[in-house]
Amino acid sequence: MWDFSRFGNKTALIDEYGTAITYEQLEQEGEKISNVISKRCLVFSLCENSIGSILGYSSFLNHNIVPVLLSSHLEKELLENLMSVYRPAYLWVPNGQVNEFKGSRMIYEGYGYALLQTDDHRNYPLYEDLCLMLTTSGSTGSPKFVRQSYGNVKDNAKSIVEYLKLDESERPITTLPMNYTYGLSIINSHFFVGATLLVTDKGLMQKEFWSFFKNQGATSFGGVPYTYEMLDRLRFWRMELPSLRTMTQAGGKLIPELHKKFAEHAKEAGKNFIVMYGQCEATARMGYLPPEKAIEKCGSMGIAIPGGEFHLVDINGKYISEPFVTGELVYKGTNVTLGYAECGEDLRKADERNGVLQTGDMAQFDEDGYFYIVGRKKRFLKIYGNRVNLDEIDRLVKGRFETIDCASAGVDDHMYLFVTDEALSDAVKEFVVFKTKLNAAAFQVVAVDEIPKNDSGKTLYKELEKYYR
Amino acid sequence: MSNLEKYDGAFIEALEVEKEQLEGLEYQQIPSWDSVGHMELVAAIEDAFDIMMDTDDIIDFSSYEKGKEILAQNYNIEF
Repeated sequence: MWDFSRFGNKTALIDEYGTAITYEQLEQEGEKISNVISKRCLVFSLCENSIGSILGYSSFLNHNIVPVLLSSHLEKELLENLMSVYRPAYLWVPNGQVNEFKGSRMIYEGYGYALLQTDDHRNYPLYEDLCLMLTTSGSTGSPKFVRQSYGNVKDNAKSIVEYLKLDESERPITTLPMNYTYGLSIINSHFFVGATLLVTDKGLMQKEFWSFFKNQGATSFGGVPYTYEMLDRLRFWRMELPSLRTMTQAGGKLIPELHKKFAEHAKEAGKNFIVMYGQCEATARMGYLPPEKAIEKCGSMGIAIPGGEFHLVDINGKYISEPFVTGELVYKGTNVTLGYAECGEDLRKADERNGVLQTGDMAQFDEDGYFYIVGRKKRFLKIYGNRVNLDEIDRLVKGRFETIDCASAGVDDHMYLFVTDEALSDAVKEFVVFKTKLNAAAFQVVAVDEIPKNDSGKTLYKELEKYYR
Repeated sequence: MSNLEKYDGAFIEALEVEKEQLEGLEYQQIPSWDSVGHMELVAAIEDAFDIMMDTDDIIDFSSYEKGKEILAQNYNIEF
C-alpha cells in the first residue's frame, strides 16, 4: 500500500506522551509483525488512536494481511459473537486487554499493542483484492461489514491527497476513531505524502488535547456535525491556533447556519473550512466543497472528488438533467467498495458493485452543478456521526419489551422513541443507550396511546413527525 | 436553592446520575460523561448560575471537585 522507505527519518506518528515513530521504524517494525504471521489471513484489530494501533494496521495493509477494524471499547459479548462468526486467525489488541483472551497465545508485542494467535481460527478463503473490513453501524456489534479492496483504499486516499492538496508538511491531529471510515481516511491519505500524524485518544473537551494540539502545531483536523456544535459552544474562534490550516467536516449534514458561521470565521482567520460527503460503502469520500466556495455554496456538499462522478436518478431510474429536482444520488468511481460481508463464507466474494453506488441519499444540484443533500431514502439517522438504523432499533426494542408497541423516528442527533406504555419510558431509553453506546442526550421517549398504522399494519412514521418537527 | 444544590442539580440532570455518585466523579468515568455529556453539563451549569464559561474553564472542568474550584475562583460562586 505505502512505500514508507521514501520518507526515511521523517516522523510518521507522535503521541501526546512524546513517543514518536519514524517512517523507517514503521517499516521495520511492520516487517517484524508480518514475519510472525505466516500467510494472508484475517486479523481482528481492536483500535484506539495510538501508535501501536496504527503501526499494526499499516503493517497488515503493507503485507497482504486483512484487518477487521473494531473499537477497542466494543462490548465483550458482541466481540465474542463477531469472533465466532468470522473465526479470525489473529487479534491485534492493546496490552491492557491481552488477559481478556485466555485461549490465545501472544506472539509479538510492541508500542503498547500485542499480536495474539487465536486457538479457534478457520481459514475462510479471502478474495484476492480484499484489503480490510469496517463496520457500518458503529457499536451495535452487527456482523455486517463493508469489504474494501486495495484499489478502493489507494484510489480514495490519492484522490483526497489531490483535492486537499496534502504534502509532507501536514500535521493532522486525530479527532475521530480510526475504526471509523472518516478517521481512517485521514491516516490513509497522509501516509501517502509522508506527513506527521498527531495521535491521541483525548477529545475536544479535554485540556490535554489542546495542549498537544498547540505544542505539536497541528495543521488540520476532521469533525462530524456534532464536533462543530461542540467547537461552537467552546467559542472556538477565540482560541489562538496559528498552526491550524484546514478543518474538514463529514459524517452527516451540518446545519446551514453552522456551515455559514464556520465558513465565515475560517475566511476571516485565513483558514480553510471544507465540507465533504462520503460513506463507508465508497471507502470514505465521494464529494467535497472547495473551500473558496464554502460561503457562496453554503449548505452544499459540493462536487464529486477527482476520479468520481455524481448523478441523480428519478423514481424510474432515469437520469435527472434539470437543476433543483430531487432524485437519488448515485456515485461512480473506483473507490466504490466491493460489497458487504455477513459471514465467513462472504470473504471470498468478488466485486458486487462494479464501481456504482446507490447512496440512499436524496439530493438536488444547482445550476452550477453543486449538490445538496435534501433527505434520505432509508430509515436511519446519523447520531454524533454514527449511522443508526431506525428499523433495527424498533426490532431491538420490541424484542426486549414484548408487551409494548414502539416506533423510532427523529432528526440527526435527536432520536424519538415512541412507546405505548409510559411506565417503561425510562427502561426503553436506558436499553437503547446501552445498545447503541451513544449518549442519552440523543434520545427522547414519548408515550403515545398507540403507534399509528395503516390497514396492512405498516407504521405511519409521517404521522409521528408532529411530535418533533 | 443553595449554590451547591444548583451545582449538584446540573450534574444530576445533564449526566443522569444520582446524588451519591457525585463525589469524586471524573470526566469519562461514566458513559454519560463523555464529550456530549460534557456539553450538556456545561449548558446546565451556565443556565443554573446565569454565567458564560470561558473556553479554558470548559476544557479544564475535569471532575466534580475541579468544577467547583473553577466556579469559585473565576465566577465568584461560593459553595
